Amino acid sequence: MKARKLKFMSLLLVLAMVLAACNSDSSSGDGKKDKDAKLDIFSWWTGAGEEDGLNALIDLFKEKHPDVKVENAAVAGGAGTNAKAVLASRMQGDDPPATFQVHGGAELNEGWVAAGKMEPLNDLYEEEGWNDKFPQDLIDMVSKDGNIYSVPVNIHRGNVLWYNTKVFEENGIEVPTTFDEWFAAADKLKEAGVTPLALGDKEPWTATQLFESTLLGILGPDDYNKLFTGELSFKDDKVKEAAETFKKMLSYINEDHSSRNWQDASQMVANGEAAMNVMGDWAKGYFVNDLNLKVKEDFGWTETPGTEGEFMVITDTFGLPKGVSNPDDVKKFLSVLGSVEGQDVFNPLKGSIPARTDSDVSKYDAYGQETIEDFKQASLVPSLAHGSAAPEGFLTKVNQAVNIFVTQQDVDQFIDSLDQASGELK
Amino acid sequence: MDPVRSSVKHTPPELKVATKRTKKALTKDHLMAIGFLTPSLILIAVFVYGFIGWTGYVSLSNWNSLVPDFSFAGLQNYIYLFKDFRFQADLRNTLFFTILFILTVIVIGIVLAILLDQKIRQESLFRNIFFFPMALSFVVTGVVWQWLLNPSTGVNLFLSKIGLDSKWYTDTTIIPGVSWGKIEFGIPVAIIAIVIAAVWQMTGFSVAMYLAGLRGIPEEVREAARIDGASEFQVYWKVILPLLRPITISVVIIMAHISLKIFDLIYAMTGSGANYVTDVPGVYMYETTFRGNYYANGAAIAIIMLLSVAIFIVPYLISSRKGES
Repeated sequence: MKARKLKFMSLLLVLAMVLAACNSDSSSGDGKKDKDAKLDIFSWWTGAGEEDGLNALIDLFKEKHPDVKVENAAVAGGAGTNAKAVLASRMQGDDPPATFQVHGGAELNEGWVAAGKMEPLNDLYEEEGWNDKFPQDLIDMVSKDGNIYSVPVNIHRGNVLWYNTKVFEENGIEVPTTFDEWFAAADKLKEAGVTPLALGDKEPWTATQLFESTLLGILGPDDYNKLFTGELSFKDDKVKEAAETFKKMLSYINEDHSSRNWQDASQMVANGEAAMNVMGDWAKGYFVNDLNLKVKEDFGWTETPGTEGEFMVITDTFGLPKGVSNPDDVKKFLSVLGSVEGQDVFNPLKGSIPARTDSDVSKYDAYGQETIEDFKQASLVPSLAHGSAAPEGFLTKVNQAVNIFVTQQDVDQFIDSLDQASGELK
Repeated sequence: MDPVRSSVKHTPPELKVATKRTKKALTKDHLMAIGFLTPSLILIAVFVYGFIGWTGYVSLSNWNSLVPDFSFAGLQNYIYLFKDFRFQADLRNTLFFTILFILTVIVIGIVLAILLDQKIRQESLFRNIFFFPMALSFVVTGVVWQWLLNPSTGVNLFLSKIGLDSKWYTDTTIIPGVSWGKIEFGIPVAIIAIVIAAVWQMTGFSVAMYLAGLRGIPEEVREAARIDGASEFQVYWKVILPLLRPITISVVIIMAHISLKIFDLIYAMTGSGANYVTDVPGVYMYETTFRGNYYANGAAIAIIMLLSVAIFIVPYLISSRKGES
């Protein structure tokens, strides 16, 4: 009996210690408000190139501001699937990171800015003279009601059609620029026994990305933008035409698309199993770094059909959340992030292009240089699949509608679900 | 919840003695027991039941964006779900996954346990082999089986080489596919892949349970049946299996609560699948809450999942309490 009591007592002691530990943990959370608080940079950059880019950026910052303690608080998981959940709970618990990665556009404006969680950065933009260094379309994407809320660090392009140059040559195919040319090429490839279009929609956003570029190709940038401001209904005939075209494109994809992810789909193009795929230009990083392909020699690219002169923007930006203890340090970091030097140290490693228009072009490869040129001239439109065009809530429902459509291919039902979901836009 | 208890039900005398003793000594020991139980009771009250209540409250609110909004929404979130194609598909998938999973685990469990019970050599080796997959996490199982069953790798590559269909893993067919609500009702072909992986992992558990049950049946019972002229098959079918009923109930309860709440295996293995053929409420809850920021909708899914598990657990708890008193 005595031994048992002793055991109980020790258990109680352990419990008390655990409670005490929890307590000290939360008090150290309050300690973040101290002067020597850490600058924790929250992102989902844990992949090969992107992590290198982030570390290079942090090193550059440390060099310039050795007195500020920096912490890389990245959360793993592609496209920020896990990170966004962690961020949401931190923001709602009033424990925001010093600065965090957020896609410019609705994800920022309709999400955190609308929730009243962000500080405007107009003064920083003026101080640094950024207002004419970033394209106006891009600044609009990180602004709401005349206030600017974040600093873009990079640009990815969403509407890129990648192709295997050898497969194109062998089958005598010209690079298609319109839908008619694309379907003609696809038919030819199908006859030759090559899968014309690779898709890996195990995660449904890849199919949504194919749909959004089809949408852009048929509607053009003005009408595309109007869809998300409510000026154009999803019941419009043009949207229907886009859905029909999307459906037709789906008849050229690989059968096992739903068990693949975008890397698998890119791999099919790389090894010649498939001729083309539509993916953002992070696929270039995958082709070059992971699959050791040569730019222009092994694979080529063009805009997705009908989107020449248009640029589907996916931009990672960093802002200043309300309630951080060290806003001045955060601004110091943001000014490094927005500088030419900062952008040129980060982007070549990440495989994206700089958001500024005055960066050093020689640091980028052939694809980067061409895209930098396009970025300056093209009309910029926000990507739906990556949360820039519309709030996450709408995107979730679009992803569901697209996932169902890929299998059922019922255009009317698809349009109906898009139209219903657009109630989320108001 | 305690699987062992039902198998050792035939030892109540000791229990009675214990209760008698505590009734007599309602002093220091009793008070100390209460004192020691209180902290854990408070913790469970707050962190389990408190949060269940909170989730229920959120599920009745309008909190469907990043900004918390606790205004009362009535059953709106529940009504939305039951009208939703994806949630209807989830309910269908969970139903058939649970049925197929439990049936297979029980049948294979009994067969393997009976085989192991034949006083074979190296019995503990086999026991360990069957039980070992239990030591893995569902995520690991999911990733491994994803590679094994993927149409372009593994087993199916072999199948397609010998001319058999290798696309079943991503098949969106529903058998028999009766139209019901917004969905087709029936067994989704693709869910069979998940059942295989889950069965592979959990069968060891039911083998262990049934083996314990078989060992608990006295040899005299079998002898008696044999003397009465029962064939070996009849001994098992008419005598042993009925005696294993309490084990079966425990296995069903435990497997049901695993399969109704399943998330990690499916998330790692197939994801939601084309046309949501392998989606389950757990995956939907995660995506709608943390990606779409529909907190109230997510809470409603959580409550529906809790109720579906309660359908299995509550009658079990009531009957086991009756059995004790």
